[in-house]
Amino acid sequence: MKKRMLSLVLAGVMTASLLTGCGGSAGTDAGSAEGAAEETTEATEETTAADETAEAEPADDAAAQETTGDSAGGTFKIGGVGPLTGSAAVYGIATMNGSQIAVDEINAAGGINGMTVELNFQDDECDAEKSVNAYNTLKDWGVQVIDGAVTSACSIAVSDKTAQDNIFQLTPSGSAVDCVKNDNAFRVCFSDPNQGAASAQYIGEHGLASKIAIIYDSSDVYSSGIYEKFMQESEGQSFEVVATGAFTADNKTDFSVQLQQAKDAGAELVFLPIYYSEAALILKQASDMGFDVTFFGCDGLDGILGVKNFDASLAEGVMLLTPFAADATDDLTVNFVTTYKEKFNETPNQFAADGYDAIYTIKAAAEKAGITADMSNEEICEAMKTAMTEITVDGLTGDGITWDASGEPTKAPKAVVIKDGVYTAM
Amino acid sequence: MSFVAHLINGISLGSVYALIALGYTMVYGIAKMLNFAHGDVIMIGGYVVFVTASGMGIPPLAAIVISMAVCTVLGVTIERVAYRPLRGASPLAVLITAIGVSYLLQNVALLVFGSDTKAFSNVVTLPNLELFEGQLIIKSVTIVTVIVSIIIMVGLTLFVKKTKIGRAMTAVSEDQGAAQLMGINVNGTIAVTFAIGSSLAAVAGVLLCSAYPSLTPYTGSMPGIKAFVAAVFGGIGSIPGAFIGGILLGVIENLSKAYISSQLADAIVFSILIIVLLVKPTGLLGRKILEKV
Amino acid sequence: MAWPEQRKGTRMEMKVNKSRISKTTKNDLITYAMVILTYIVVQVLVSTGHVSSLVQGLLVPFCTYVIVAVALNLTVGILGELSLGHAGFMCVGAFASAVFSLAFKEALPGGVRFFLALLIGAAAAAVVGFLVGIPVLRLRGDYLAIVTLAFGEIIKNIINVLYLGVDSKGLHFSMKDALSLHMEEDGLMLIKGAQGVTGTPNDSNFTVGVVLILVTLFIVLNFIHSRTGRAVMSIRDNRIAAESVGINVTKYKLIAFTVSASLAGVAGVLYAHNLSTLNALPKNFGYNMSIMILVFVVLGGIGNIRGSIIAAVLLTLLPEVLRGLSDYRMLIYSIVLIVMMIFNWGPNAILFRKRLKQKISFGRKAKEEV
Repeated sequence: MKKRMLSLVLAGVMTASLLTGCGGSAGTDAGSAEGAAEETTEATEETTAADETAEAEPADDAAAQETTGDSAGGTFKIGGVGPLTGSAAVYGIATMNGSQIAVDEINAAGGINGMTVELNFQDDECDAEKSVNAYNTLKDWGVQVIDGAVTSACSIAVSDKTAQDNIFQLTPSGSAVDCVKNDNAFRVCFSDPNQGAASAQYIGEHGLASKIAIIYDSSDVYSSGIYEKFMQESEGQSFEVVATGAFTADNKTDFSVQLQQAKDAGAELVFLPIYYSEAALILKQASDMGFDVTFFGCDGLDGILGVKNFDASLAEGVMLLTPFAADATDDLTVNFVTTYKEKFNETPNQFAADGYDAIYTIKAAAEKAGITADMSNEEICEAMKTAMTEITVDGLTGDGITWDASGEPTKAPKAVVIKDGVYTAM
Repeated sequence: MSFVAHLINGISLGSVYALIALGYTMVYGIAKMLNFAHGDVIMIGGYVVFVTASGMGIPPLAAIVISMAVCTVLGVTIERVAYRPLRGASPLAVLITAIGVSYLLQNVALLVFGSDTKAFSNVVTLPNLELFEGQLIIKSVTIVTVIVSIIIMVGLTLFVKKTKIGRAMTAVSEDQGAAQLMGINVNGTIAVTFAIGSSLAAVAGVLLCSAYPSLTPYTGSMPGIKAFVAAVFGGIGSIPGAFIGGILLGVIENLSKAYISSQLADAIVFSILIIVLLVKPTGLLGRKILEKV
Repeated sequence: MAWPEQRKGTRMEMKVNKSRISKTTKNDLITYAMVILTYIVVQVLVSTGHVSSLVQGLLVPFCTYVIVAVALNLTVGILGELSLGHAGFMCVGAFASAVFSLAFKEALPGGVRFFLALLIGAAAAAVVGFLVGIPVLRLRGDYLAIVTLAFGEIIKNIINVLYLGVDSKGLHFSMKDALSLHMEEDGLMLIKGAQGVTGTPNDSNFTVGVVLILVTLFIVLNFIHSRTGRAVMSIRDNRIAAESVGINVTKYKLIAFTVSASLAGVAGVLYAHNLSTLNALPKNFGYNMSIMILVFVVLGGIGNIRGSIIAAVLLTLLPEVLRGLSDYRMLIYSIVLIVMMIFNWGPNAILFRKRLKQKISFGRKAKEEV
């Protein structure tokens, strides 16, 4: 009896895996031919046909593309990868929402080269293995360009696969150096070392303090990346690092020790290259222990005022080096923030802005490259790679952002200070 | 002076662990099961206070009572739906079901409240205690947590020893079958245990979030594990043991952060746990159970 | 910890085994055949293009989790001790092998390098398993569980502060940060603390994974039927009785635990060489992962090796299949877990199933008679 049950289960497994196999490829067939190009000969033929049409079209003039695009129509499939559940969900969801707003705007304005943009955002739970699964799901869907992954480790894992498959990848917020080591990968945000160096220079040049303490998350790629570069850069600067306190992902509610050490060392400024949720706790605990000091952070601190029920007076005087501030008064930001609030009932953070900019960057590059719906992923990737180095994007996270072939963006970091509960440019 | 400050901060952390560990040890002692979902009931308790106090403007004390009521109902429901059908099954099966319940609560909270961090407003509005002209500050929430933990510890001990239901609990923990033969309603007694454990979780949730004012669907999981370690440290099933274990764990954690390495604090805490268990396998105050041949 | 239900079952099985030894062999052969058959079917489907990219991408993770589930089943089902630290052993195997592969990325050809990486991963995990096993196996039941959990967290925590680099002067090592390594410019960072290991060569593939599953099965199944295996099972069923007939409890427990740890290390090697980035996060090597592996074992049936294989594959697939329901995916997963536990293990549910089975078999008999 037991054995019969087992063989039943076994049969079940086989059927289940078969079903998913078939279901998946059926979806691909129905969707776009590109996704399954390596798998089915049938699809390869289609792609070759597509190649010919693509080659026949002029690819240099964007305006001409617009018209040919209109007649061709079709859809442009952008796949997002990021944590939508799990403890990092807040970053993934914000990126997804920001991207979605951009996609809706673009579609309302006629799409990219006449193509309707479709965004499919898959959950990776902030786990490298799951991010590859998410990417493969997108591949089955027929993805043409990857907007992700949101977090660094996942971004690295995915970029390895996109390089193999020749799919263009733009990560909105994967800031580790290795995220863009493959030449098909670009990013919207600053790299970690870039932020660390910029922070150290900013503090040094403006003479903000002479004794500095650092509290960072040693188990986080973003945080430790900034920390390392900051330490290197601080050697030539006019300040001295008097205390460093690390914490880990499993131990991030109690910062009394790190703050006490900073206080004992007589720090005048505490550098926080961490995310805002921990920073909110640090600010509270510092105020509880009567430690009155200036706090300086990077883009991860953005969003601290958006924490529900957060006592904004605690953040008074906090300085941060961020490319995006939700309270900026330029039209683009105001529009974005209003739409975001209407739709999602939250103030957008820097991740949302990165997601928004990522989509517009893809749009700019796709228009420059003259991407059409019937191009194969390899062609899109090649064309986008060249186009990325030629475009200039005015986005939420910077004016006149340009890229070089390494995948790194060039944009000016902005320093803001929180005054009377709002971000004010410094 | 900084040593004293670290020590006090450690007690502050430890008192929260102690409070959570009391709930753990209570359920383990009577129902003989590891309620992994305890940490998540704490999180739900925190959210209830957040919604009622910060969202609807209900006074904090009333909010805590509401939260205790919600958690009690939740705890009893979990026990009825998920754990009771497994009464008499392998302890491992119950453990895994508890893990399932823990995931369930986290994901329900994720759907209902969203993933973003909520700042919890401290419900303890008393002024902080300042010593030595402000050089040493003891947070009022720490004092309240320690006092509450002691009251609960004493209260629970008296309850278990002196009341009829309490003695029924002891009987059930000794031998469920025999207790049933003596006319004790085993299911009812265990349900009461869960009700008490869960209402304690609500209190712990409020004080945890007041001390460390950030609230996410995962707020309860790590303190839950640490408190479980504390309960084992003190001798699981022993009510005073949970209190002592919690305080000690908090102090050890903070001192090792301060004087050894802030990154290795968890490793050190867990190593000490292993050493304690190897030297005294039943924990600090645990009873030695003689093996029947 | 005792498994009353399971113990009864195994005893009965053992009785059966004595009378008809061929049945065990047959049972094992079915397990091997199942794996090989699945492999062939999947390969055929892949080559004809009937497998989605998602499932193709999942093939190596399937193998990883199958191996680690079988490894844990050796501890939980055969040794009868609850370990919540197997993700820790996986972590050790993964990091040891990833560091090796990265260091010899250029120097050795792929196949040789991966084979050596496997040996190193398995050996590292075995050594750690042995060292941990000596003190830990003195404990029993819940205490053992919590100590193995603690131990897994310690491993993860230590790896997260480990910095290792190599340059022309040799190895550099630090527990503080990358700066204190004082590396030369052209030096190669092997482990960068929390940033982990990046650039591990992609040496894992489905074929290697399946071969490793078969090797694992061969080791575990032969272990169970060997003299050592029987000694281990006798300790599980009655430690005192086993001791009284002169079985060296500590020795046999340690053997089983070390083998189990080492196999978990093999799974770690497979994991590390499937992704180009390796971090010791709470998510992949924390207690949550250990619990996940335990769930595979328990749902597949404690002591049932074939069950572990099926459960590991199904439960890895389930969240991915439910992807379409994105927000509710983990919710459904947790409910499925609870319901399956109650259905499989609840005394009333077992009774209900038995009655149902009887009814069905009566129905069948009636049919056969007709």
